[in-house]
Amino acid sequence: MLLVHLSNINKIYQTSHDLKFQALKNISLSIDSGEFVAIMGPSGSGKSTLMNILGLLDKPTSGSYKLEGEDVAHLSEKVMAEIRNKKIGFVFQQFNLLNRTSILDNVTLPLIYGGIDNQERITKAKKALDQVGLSDKLENRPNQLSGGQQQRAAIARALVTDPQIILADEPTGNLDTKTGQQIMEIFRKLNNEGKTIILITHEVDIARYAKRTIRVRDGEIK
Amino acid sequence: MNHLETFRVAMAAILANKMRAFLTILGIMIGVLSVILLTSLVSGLKTTITKQIAGLGSNLVIVVPGRIGGSRSPGGVQANRLTFADAINLKNKLRQDAQVCAVVQKTGTLKRLNINDKGAAIFGVQANYEKIISLKTEKGRFINEADVTSGRRVVVIGATVVKNLFGTASPLNQTIKIAGINYVVIGIAGSRGSIFGIDQDNSVLIPLTSAQKQFGITSPNTIYINALKAENVKDIQAKAKAILNKRLTEDDFSVLTQEQALSTISTVTNVLTLGLGGIAAISLIVGGIGIMNIMLVSVTERTREIGLRKALGAQTEDIRNQFLIEAVTLSGIGGIIGIVLGILLSLLINNFLQTTITWWSVLLSFGFSMIVGIVFGVAPAVRASKLDPIQALRYE
Ligand SMILES: Nc1ncnc2c1ncn2[C@@H]1O[C@H](COP(=O)(O)OP(=O)(O)O)[C@@H](O)[C@H]1O
Ligand SMILES: [Mg+2]
Repeated sequence: MLLVHLSNINKIYQTSHDLKFQALKNISLSIDSGEFVAIMGPSGSGKSTLMNILGLLDKPTSGSYKLEGEDVAHLSEKVMAEIRNKKIGFVFQQFNLLNRTSILDNVTLPLIYGGIDNQERITKAKKALDQVGLSDKLENRPNQLSGGQQQRAAIARALVTDPQIILADEPTGNLDTKTGQQIMEIFRKLNNEGKTIILITHEVDIARYAKRTIRVRDGEIK
Repeated sequence: MNHLETFRVAMAAILANKMRAFLTILGIMIGVLSVILLTSLVSGLKTTITKQIAGLGSNLVIVVPGRIGGSRSPGGVQANRLTFADAINLKNKLRQDAQVCAVVQKTGTLKRLNINDKGAAIFGVQANYEKIISLKTEKGRFINEADVTSGRRVVVIGATVVKNLFGTASPLNQTIKIAGINYVVIGIAGSRGSIFGIDQDNSVLIPLTSAQKQFGITSPNTIYINALKAENVKDIQAKAKAILNKRLTEDDFSVLTQEQALSTISTVTNVLTLGLGGIAAISLIVGGIGIMNIMLVSVTERTREIGLRKALGAQTEDIRNQFLIEAVTLSGIGGIIGIVLGILLSLLINNFLQTTITWWSVLLSFGFSMIVGIVFGVAPAVRASKLDPIQALRYE
């Protein structure tokens, strides 16, 4: 089933008053549900810009974006936030966990904004943490965990809403090779269970975990 | 997201940074506390003075030098143009309807053996003073006509003077030095408490004539006129004015009834309340600016957090409400603690200085602290809610 369909996406940044920079040029791509896709390219090639658009954190300057057949390229901020909450799970390079908050509370965060009641939040968060093997760290603070454990917590947070897509932007960028591989094994397992995963990386070894690789260079798909 | 959830999120954020919460609460607390404390002090002062003047009895008419009240109060210190002749004149002319007593006042050092009592108030009074201002002589006797006529060196001393100079010894018939001259203690005056820290009992009463002679005083500080019948007070006030006006101008003296004296005090304390209340309000505003600063700093500090929350699906108004609830909660808690401490401190101070807690000051300062929380919380909250999630997440 067609999940993501981009056609002729352009993104132009107004870097200063009279200076424009085109970060994405005529990007068209389709991703089916259940796929594990790696978007690869050197630094500055536009990968994160593409991810922001895929994740509805940003709007393209032009082009169309259909998510599950629905046009989502030009929605209001409010609706974009709702779709992010329900359909997309983010995993960031910097983990982005709230440091003063327990792992369990970090994972329940998207459910709070999804209007899920407290009891169900905890049940779901515990289940997600179980999927990433962190059941024994519920009450720990992020800074009491290793980098790999923190990233696993972040993956649990991305999973907890049972989203249509998991978007991971350089998820192993802050981890050593071995830990990075463990994280990738988790993504592989999730994909085997049916999750659609879009992985952004500049490392060939990491991209190898995906079943398909899309190469980006200077804002274009090669 | 419903408001209860936003409230929970805000509470969690407050608890996640206790130092920040503490500082914010402290600012508001100090503001509220000072409003309550200062107004209770002024109200206490008013209560004390009112009680004392009311205690003088409603038959009293008071003549003081200078102009009090009215629209044309002359500024600066004026020479006292009242004379003892004026007092005698009043006495003679009002003989049928009232008693008249001239009083002079000085400050000086009292001494007994090696013990000094500095800064005691020395009153020179006539024999009828005791009755006119409802003073009680607890032990011994009050100054009588004969004492005044012959300018005897006798003294009635206040409770504080007894304590300072005599301790537990009996003062009656003992000798003390008043500004260097020996006086014999003939009586002890009943306690009159203190007004705003000025101890009314650290005072001595001597015959008017003795005071005149010793200090070379030519003008009375106050002339008390006690109407024999309450219904004559207004009439006597008018007569006294007319009598004094023959020799003096309107700017030289004021003739006040007890009622007018009370309303004058009320005017003064209202000004004090406004002034001190204003100062306290400023500290409340400063507390508010503190809240704004802390909230603004926390927006900067928490930029990544805000970006993350938005990425995870928080709406603009969720973020705004969260920050607003944080600010309002902190100022509310600060307000409540300020009220509790303000009341406790007022009650504590009340042990040695009369304080009266006014409910309007409690309500006003709490309302004000909430408004401060809302007003100074809005700007940072709006700023936080408008952050672009991508920029915010990238923020280092
Ligand atoms: N907000 C922005 N304003 C201006 N230029 C930007 C902005 N974001 C990204 N760029 C530019 O767009 C290009 C692509 O950036 P990015 O998508 O972050 O690349 P990648 O993630 O592949 O390293 C870079 O040259 C970057 O400088
Ligand atoms: Mg990038």
